[in-house]
Amino acid sequence: MSWLSIWIMVAGAFGFKVLGVLGLSRVAAGAGRSFHTMTALIPASLFTALIIVQTLVTDEELVLDARVWGVGAGIVAVWRRAPFTMVVLSTMAVTALVRWQTLV
Amino acid sequence: MSEHRREGLVLSIAVGIVAMTFGVLADATGLSLPQIMVMSAFLFTGASQFAAVSVIDGGGSSFAAVGSAMLLAARNALYGPVVSRLFRGSTFRRGLSAQFVIDETTAMASTQDDDATAADAFWWTAIWLWSLWNIGSVGGAFLGSFVAEPETYGLDAAFPAAFIALLVPHLRERPGRVASLVGGVLAIAAVPISPAGVPLLVAALGVVPGWLVQRRQPAESAP
Repeated sequence: MSWLSIWIMVAGAFGFKVLGVLGLSRVAAGAGRSFHTMTALIPASLFTALIIVQTLVTDEELVLDARVWGVGAGIVAVWRRAPFTMVVLSTMAVTALVRWQTLV
Repeated sequence: MSEHRREGLVLSIAVGIVAMTFGVLADATGLSLPQIMVMSAFLFTGASQFAAVSVIDGGGSSFAAVGSAMLLAARNALYGPVVSRLFRGSTFRRGLSAQFVIDETTAMASTQDDDATAADAFWWTAIWLWSLWNIGSVGGAFLGSFVAEPETYGLDAAFPAAFIALLVPHLRERPGRVASLVGGVLAIAAVPISPAGVPLLVAALGVVPGWLVQRRQPAESAP
């Protein structure tokens, strides 16, 4: 990969971040309460999408594999109010175990 | 160590191990060590870095690599309005702070109850994550094929699981639940018909029905 494309990506990614922090938040401040309400809901929508993409998508296609079992275990751990570290570790353990089982 | 700082560290350790995979892949694709370091230090958006290197690794053009990296970086703009109130000082300083506005830092900040704790969670996660992401990338580039596939340890599922824990506080009230549900459905619908990164941008439209629900229930307004 050329240095030029790396610096273009660095500039572009930083541009998006700055646009959000300086630009979009100014728009939000000017647009009043309704826009503020919507920005407060952004994490709910985006994190849900992030979880789905990271759990179900491989190479831009929906795939059901060991991750589903692991994340299922993670949901149970969250529901049982397990500490954050336990949520992460139980997910990893179940995913690894299911993956290992299906390989053998 | 306070709870949110410890959570930030746990998340960063998992992500730091994933960074080793980035180092391995980037090295195998022919990127030099300085190139890998510049990407992890300044691009600092894991999904974009993986996408760019994977496109090159698969024989794609630089143009395609930059394009897919930018589609994945675009969502960070949407996090700006969520965390910008945590940044103080001059426009220049807040602009520099923007470099650290990514999935993990926004998640850790947005799940805290007050702004002071949110800012603390944001910056501690930023420090842990940036350090471990860079150490991991360089480590991966050096160790190369000695690094086991992160899938072996189920690390690829650690990230979504951590985000489930970080999503829960956003589901306490009905508007958040509606925004989550609609965002999730939109993402699933968008996956088969759009390139990576776009499903996340489409999912952001989920805030509109969430907002409509909130408007109809003024009694249950946000805290």
